[in-house]
Amino acid sequence: MSDLSSTPSAITAQTRPGQIALRWLLFCFLGLFALFYLLPLFVMVTTSLKSLEEIRSGSLVSLPREVTFDAWRTAWSGACTGIQCEGLRPYFWNSVLLAVPAVLISTFLGAANGYIIAQWHFRGANLIFSAMLFGCFIPFQVVLLPMARMLGLMGLAGSIPGLIFAHVIYGIGFTTLFFRNFYVTIPSDLVKAAKVDGAGFFRIFWSIFLPLSLPIIVVTVIWQFTQIWNDFLFGVSFSQAGTQPVTVALNNIVNSTTGVKEYNVDMAAAIIAGLPTLLVYVVAGKYFIRGLTAGSVKG
Amino acid sequence: MIPILDIRNLNKNYGAVQILKEVNVAIDPGDFLVLVGPSGCGKSTLLNCIAGLEPISGGSISISGRDMTQVSPKDRDIAMVFQSYALYPTMTVAKNITFGMKVRGIDAATQARKLAEVAQQLQIEPLLDRRPGQLSGGQRQRVAMGRALVRDPKLFLFDEPLSNLDAKLRVSMRSEIKKLHQNLGATMVYVTHDQIEAMTLATKIVVMKGGVVQQIGTPAEIYNHPANLFVADFMGSPAMNLIPARTQRAADGIQIEITRTEGAPIILQSPLTRDLPQDVILGLRPEDIAETGFRSGAAVQSAQCRIDLVEPAGADTFVVSELGGKQVTARLHAETKAQPGAMLDLAFDLAKVSFFAPDTGERLN
Repeated sequence: MSDLSSTPSAITAQTRPGQIALRWLLFCFLGLFALFYLLPLFVMVTTSLKSLEEIRSGSLVSLPREVTFDAWRTAWSGACTGIQCEGLRPYFWNSVLLAVPAVLISTFLGAANGYIIAQWHFRGANLIFSAMLFGCFIPFQVVLLPMARMLGLMGLAGSIPGLIFAHVIYGIGFTTLFFRNFYVTIPSDLVKAAKVDGAGFFRIFWSIFLPLSLPIIVVTVIWQFTQIWNDFLFGVSFSQAGTQPVTVALNNIVNSTTGVKEYNVDMAAAIIAGLPTLLVYVVAGKYFIRGLTAGSVKG
Repeated sequence: MIPILDIRNLNKNYGAVQILKEVNVAIDPGDFLVLVGPSGCGKSTLLNCIAGLEPISGGSISISGRDMTQVSPKDRDIAMVFQSYALYPTMTVAKNITFGMKVRGIDAATQARKLAEVAQQLQIEPLLDRRPGQLSGGQRQRVAMGRALVRDPKLFLFDEPLSNLDAKLRVSMRSEIKKLHQNLGATMVYVTHDQIEAMTLATKIVVMKGGVVQQIGTPAEIYNHPANLFVADFMGSPAMNLIPARTQRAADGIQIEITRTEGAPIILQSPLTRDLPQDVILGLRPEDIAETGFRSGAAVQSAQCRIDLVEPAGADTFVVSELGGKQVTARLHAETKAQPGAMLDLAFDLAKVSFFAPDTGERLN
């Protein structure tokens, strides 16, 4: 703590002109980088707010002369994916129905796995953990055929529960890794104390470990939600007409239009498809807090 | 009377490594048992075995006459205080203390009453709504004690509870634990590596080394009649002087000869009538060597010694002299005129001498 509180005075003590100039140079440099990264987003947003007429006649980076939300409306509820023209809306809800349960289930299973592997030492625990870790490095493409066969055998092929299943299985490796690495830092004396107090396996998990886990739950949820929402390969492989997630629908909107390319609709659709992950990060990001265990052990 | 805790032939292995070997300990209700030894001696493992947190490899543990060997910790009627306190970080102090009762389904009114009692006893009432992270080390220690006290168990287990506190707080908490033991009349098992804590708290001490019990006895027995060289050296500060010597049968006892690098050997007469081997290790506590004239008794004998070092410590002054190739410490009164490099007459109280065999280290008298 002391080094943190001493930092501001250290800065004020060193404000010589040369260093101020250096600092401003650094800020300018960083600002340029930020602009460079924000430019595509800027183009996307402005293009989505222009009419087709204006896109054809104007410049790519100019601001819209006349702001119109027609393209957003079309992207949400009118754009055609192949023969149907319902926009992204039904597929957006597919993605929600798919991502929310898949994130919750895989996070919960990861927490339970991590708790067992980190705090209840049993024979072969390390082997199981290594195997799960290995699962994180298996590329999606390798899983496609066996997973398709599995889903077929289970009668889940082409359905949203099937996609949930695929994402949960694929995500367990990561979520277990996150929770295990978090729980090994929790002193085993806590478990011992709870055992002496009379608590059992699940009681200790519910009453002591889960309340401690907010930071790692947030990290896991953000990670899993981003992965599952943005997934295209599983979505395109294990879905059928009517159960496709938003990423697949976006692809269909962009690739299946005939005639005039509606750039404004494409841009609006892409922003809509990407918005939830951004939202999750903005809402949950502030819960990236540390040090909840501080004080449980020696000060 | 049935012993409240009875450990018989307890063995504990981790794979091929033997952590505890044939441990036998029994204590009566109201005893304060201290397990003491250097780190790695198995004392904490033994405590965890008593708690049921570690399975044992052989032997048995019974509490109040009931065999607990296969019983899980929650059914052993014990409470434990950990070195790290192990407070539940997301719960308030009050919830920490009542968690055990809540788990056991005790009604809210009883919980509240017992919480109030314990909080009053430990003077932690103002802290009840705080979380462990907002407490100082000493306060956390109190809460951890509260969590144990509220359970009113047959056996209290303490695993080095004071070693994370600073020196001053440690001494005051030590007295509080002792007071608590006297007021409650509870049975306690206490692990420490600090031999002073062991001496001040215990009614019974178990000295351990390498998983083997070295000696079991009252603090006075352990201090005055150590069973072997390890116990003699471990218990007491400064440590017992262990001086190599030769013995010879004499008319009215035993003649002891201690060589010196400078000057003639010291010859002392011990009133002991038992036969001793020729080579022995002579154990004498620093306070049993005094300045001549300050110690009286039938077996007190003087010899002139060269003083190498004078260490005033306030209440006492320690002087060091070389005897039998060892640095021998004597505890003199504070106003001694001893000067380093000068000769001084020292009185040895031979009634207090312990004799050990140099090869086995076992006590001979």
